[in-house]
Amino acid sequence: MTGFTPMMSPVVLIDLALLTMLILVAVAMLRSRHLFAVVMLSGIYSLLSAAFFVSLDAVDVAFTEAAVGAGISTVLMLAGMLLTVRREKPKTPGRAPVALAAVLAMGAALFYATIDMPAFGDANAPANSYVGQEYVERTASEIPMPNIVTAVLASYRGFDTMGETMVIFTAGVAVMLLLGIGSVRGGRDVKDAENKEGGE
Amino acid sequence: MDHLILKVTSKMLFAPIILYALYVQFHGDFGPGGGFQAGVIFAVAFILHAFCFGLDETKKALPQKALTVAMVIGFLLYSGTGLVTMLLGANLLSYDALVPNSTHHAGQHYGIIVVELGVGVAVASTMLTIFYHFTGREPDIDQEDW
Repeated sequence: MTGFTPMMSPVVLIDLALLTMLILVAVAMLRSRHLFAVVMLSGIYSLLSAAFFVSLDAVDVAFTEAAVGAGISTVLMLAGMLLTVRREKPKTPGRAPVALAAVLAMGAALFYATIDMPAFGDANAPANSYVGQEYVERTASEIPMPNIVTAVLASYRGFDTMGETMVIFTAGVAVMLLLGIGSVRGGRDVKDAENKEGGE
Repeated sequence: MDHLILKVTSKMLFAPIILYALYVQFHGDFGPGGGFQAGVIFAVAFILHAFCFGLDETKKALPQKALTVAMVIGFLLYSGTGLVTMLLGANLLSYDALVPNSTHHAGQHYGIIVVELGVGVAVASTMLTIFYHFTGREPDIDQEDW
């Protein structure tokens, strides 16, 4: 117990384990050519991110990530995969030194930028002062609701959420127009499975 | 393709998933959750049904026509709340106008519940619409394809 420095508290260990698994899953996704495996790995990636959000105390975000990222996205990717091939075409091996250099430089710049980031949970961080602080202080009197996230989402920023709902609605309409199974009133069925042999 | 165990299990799971979606929907003011998550969970129950019984059976239970109407109703619930507050003389989505003389901001509660319901209905129907349209294009999934 004496050698238990604050740096290696259980929370840090859990965070390290989750982040390591995230990196491993990401690398596995990059290396796999089997699309079914990639879709499943992306579901696992979302689930791991959700667990990480829980450890950051962002339960609402974690809930959304688990439901949307791990749940519905995986299903939609599987459904989309059915319309195409199961296996990514083997890539011709080639080196791209310029791309590698650009990625390395960008990564180094991002690592350098993290030095300036405020510590996690810092009360004086920009995200926690100004408007964030206002929300926390005023919700109890203005919108007596235990979940501040809902108060911000649906009331303080209700106009934003209306736009988001509009975006989702538009996405549904766009999919209906592009992939429409006949008309909304139940018109003709689109059966394009016959020309499956023709290359795709 | 006839998987008895999957069918029985999905039948058992269907109602609890819907119940959980409703809990997440209407408990969003007090705990984590809200319309977006509830809508997705609601859609997942029907997607599970489609996986185990086939898309045609699910479409009999919940036709695309109903989903199209629900998409519109969901968004209208949201924007309609904004319109009502404007008609009551306040700004768009200022829920306090719904119950003007409340001492504990009851209007905020009503407004948020209606708005979140609108989000939930819109999300659930849109997700199912997208799922129907993507999955409905391939007649059958061969066993080897998995």
